Amino acid sequence: MSRGVSVGVLLTAALVAGCGGNGASSGEAAAKPALIVSAAASLTEALTSCSSQFDQATVRLSFAGSDELAAQIRQGVEPDVYAAANTKLPEALNQERLVLEPRVFASNDLVVAVPADSEIRSVDQLTRPGPTVVLGSESVPIGSYTREVLARLGDRQGAAVLANVRSNESDVKGVVGKLTQGAADAGFVYASDVDATGGRLRAVRLPERLQPTVAYGVAVVDGAPQPDAARAYVEDLISGRCARALEQAKFGPPPG
Amino acid sequence: MICRGWFPALITVALAGALLFLTLPVAAVFLETSPAALADSLSDPVAQEALWLSLKTTTIALAIIVLAGTPAAYLLATRRFRGRSAIVTLIELPLVLPPAVAGIALLAAVGPAGLLGQSIEDAGVELALATAGVVVALTFVASPFYIRQAEAAFGALDQAWLDASRTSGASEARTFLRIAVPAATPGLLAGGALALGRALGEFGATLIFAGSFQGITQTVPLAIYDRFATDFDGALALSAVLVVVSAAILLAVKLVRGPDGLGVAAR
Repeated sequence: MSRGVSVGVLLTAALVAGCGGNGASSGEAAAKPALIVSAAASLTEALTSCSSQFDQATVRLSFAGSDELAAQIRQGVEPDVYAAANTKLPEALNQERLVLEPRVFASNDLVVAVPADSEIRSVDQLTRPGPTVVLGSESVPIGSYTREVLARLGDRQGAAVLANVRSNESDVKGVVGKLTQGAADAGFVYASDVDATGGRLRAVRLPERLQPTVAYGVAVVDGAPQPDAARAYVEDLISGRCARALEQAKFGPPPG
Repeated sequence: MICRGWFPALITVALAGALLFLTLPVAAVFLETSPAALADSLSDPVAQEALWLSLKTTTIALAIIVLAGTPAAYLLATRRFRGRSAIVTLIELPLVLPPAVAGIALLAAVGPAGLLGQSIEDAGVELALATAGVVVALTFVASPFYIRQAEAAFGALDQAWLDASRTSGASEARTFLRIAVPAATPGLLAGGALALGRALGEFGATLIFAGSFQGITQTVPLAIYDRFATDFDGALALSAVLVVVSAAILLAVKLVRGPDGLGVAAR
């Protein structure tokens, strides 16, 4: 990829050098630096609102499944901040010396989301044949939390839910989209995702014994182009404007 | 700086740059995949189911496209009527639609909550999150490639020759099947190959409209996307298979049509 880019640079250089044009004056009036934040899809609504007001930098948010963002970082993509829907991925990247020390900044609950007018009232109803179910794929945090829940349901019950599954989506927004479009009857998502649909979906809460610990980890990327702004952004997530935005969006405080 | 003979140099550099830029990523797919990893990932049942599903859905979609698209293209090529160019433009529209738009549009039209959702459900047909939905998505995005090429192929035939067939007593249906289709075959094959290539690579519309489930809706591009985060080598190996198949399609067309290949026949 970097070679591809340099080809483009070479080509541009050749075009510019081909017949001396006006030397472009380099950018004047250095505006706020751009801070690139790779964030879990479930953070979309909360971070979009608070990041536009971040003082130190213009925040550019890139939302996808936490696992995909981690894979991009492993392939050499360097955002400034990596915020994931679990602590496992930031810790693994830290072990690989790709990100600095991760910190926990929020928690969430796993719920069963159903259309507002659905008759489904409990997770047990998903173990019967009939309702169609959408999950996150195993590699994305929402998918692995969901499989934790299914394992706690017990082998037979868990397998019965899996038999109703029609799609394994690459991130939690894929699950939400399939539900709001009426393509499926139920899906496992975070409580904050249901809140973000503005009443189109309803959350069916899981019994305490099934609820996994959903903790969000954030880390400054090693070699981040804007390390200072990146650190400030992490602080903002933990105790600043973005922390309040997360609270309003029905995220919980860091567990523990 | 003195500008002497700069233009030949510029076009040479432009071509060299384009060539390098376009071939390097494809070459990298093979340079980064070891033959062992390729064999490994192809023995994986998830990959095999994805390949089989892609083969099945693209074949069905192509059959639908050819059966409906050939007569439709023949009409467009042999008749002049009011609104013809408007119809051609509407048919070509999916060519330039972003795949994500195609997926959302299909949901809005034939999804469970879409315009025709209720009637489709009443008819007992399931499209969203089902294999049939993949076929619908592929047909939607790929058919304009075929119809456009087929129309050009029929349009390039000598109209006087078709008229002669009709005046010598052959019915129009017979003229179409016995004269026009055989004469236009190279163009039709090229159109079919273009549509096949587009259908095989379809990703966004399928993901949004049909979802992703192993063996049901997870075609090869979706399987590549699903595993790139956890198994980059496996994703590369599946990509290598798609490159080989796409290259084979391109080569087959070149052999049928000559070096002109996929170029739209001159009108």
